[in-house]
Amino acid sequence: MNTTGWAGRIWRVALFTVSMLVLTAASGGDTRKWKSIAEDGLHDGDNPAATALQSPGEALKMLPPDGAGNQVNWVKALRDGYVKPRTTLNETTPVQTLDADILMKRTVEMPYVRFPHLAHTEWLECSNCHEKIFKSKAGATPVNMFQILQGEYCGRCHGAVAFPLTECNRCHSVPHKAAKEKP
Amino acid sequence: MNTGFRFRRDAGMRARAIALMIMGLGMLLSGNGVAEYGDVVLNKRAEREGMAPVVFPHWFHRIRFRCKVCHSELAFEMRAGANQVTMAEIVQGKFCGACHNGTIAWSTENCKLCHSGAPNLPSRIHGSHETLGPGRW
Repeated sequence: MNTTGWAGRIWRVALFTVSMLVLTAASGGDTRKWKSIAEDGLHDGDNPAATALQSPGEALKMLPPDGAGNQVNWVKALRDGYVKPRTTLNETTPVQTLDADILMKRTVEMPYVRFPHLAHTEWLECSNCHEKIFKSKAGATPVNMFQILQGEYCGRCHGAVAFPLTECNRCHSVPHKAAKEKP
Repeated sequence: MNTGFRFRRDAGMRARAIALMIMGLGMLLSGNGVAEYGDVVLNKRAEREGMAPVVFPHWFHRIRFRCKVCHSELAFEMRAGANQVTMAEIVQGKFCGACHNGTIAWSTENCKLCHSGAPNLPSRIHGSHETLGPGRW
């Protein structure tokens, strides 16, 4: 009796595993899901927009995956040409990028923060952050994590529209030791 | 007989439990916020003036425009709610109206495509992580 039970059990588990593998393979390994416009808790279901507007999943599933936020790696999406967003509306508007990393060392026991200007200026204009949110002079802005968590400094975007503040290691990415070894 | 039956049933239940756990995990990974990450509701004036709140899908716009277009050329501040946006200005080509003019994007005659929010929505960024964050006005 027991043997039959065990055999049945193994069979079921195997069947379940195989069906899950098939499902995963069918989705190209992409298990991301987005709420539709109609069920996002914001749109009025009776409004024509609920069916007329593009659903997040329809657009975002085409873009390189990420584990947080919109589940899209936006920097990669831009660099690898998945998205080609306009840079200016007005042809005469100057466009500038800056390739300079800033190492922020006042992080107590957390790894230092490496701020990549390039990834930011590919999307943003210098004046979006300077001088209102950050002083141009490195170290002149009293950035701290409490303020960031309340939506100041980096928290203006991170935690709202850019990857969230739960992704500690993406910013706190430079071990103190590694920074010392570099000249 | 009874033992065998119970065994099979346990296996089935376990499979269902595993399936539920995987679904739960999937739901967690898809974010616990209901709205899409970065959706902005504008309702400072809308409902007071008899229109549904505006839902602005930030993700949709950043696929088509870099941040700098709206936050520099169109003078949208880097904080939701910091601008005083009126319909009169939009119709005159300011803010949303720089594109929503029938040329780059649909014109302002399509009221309900933007004024599409459910009643009584608070003005802020929705769908984001639960920090005190930029949602505050």
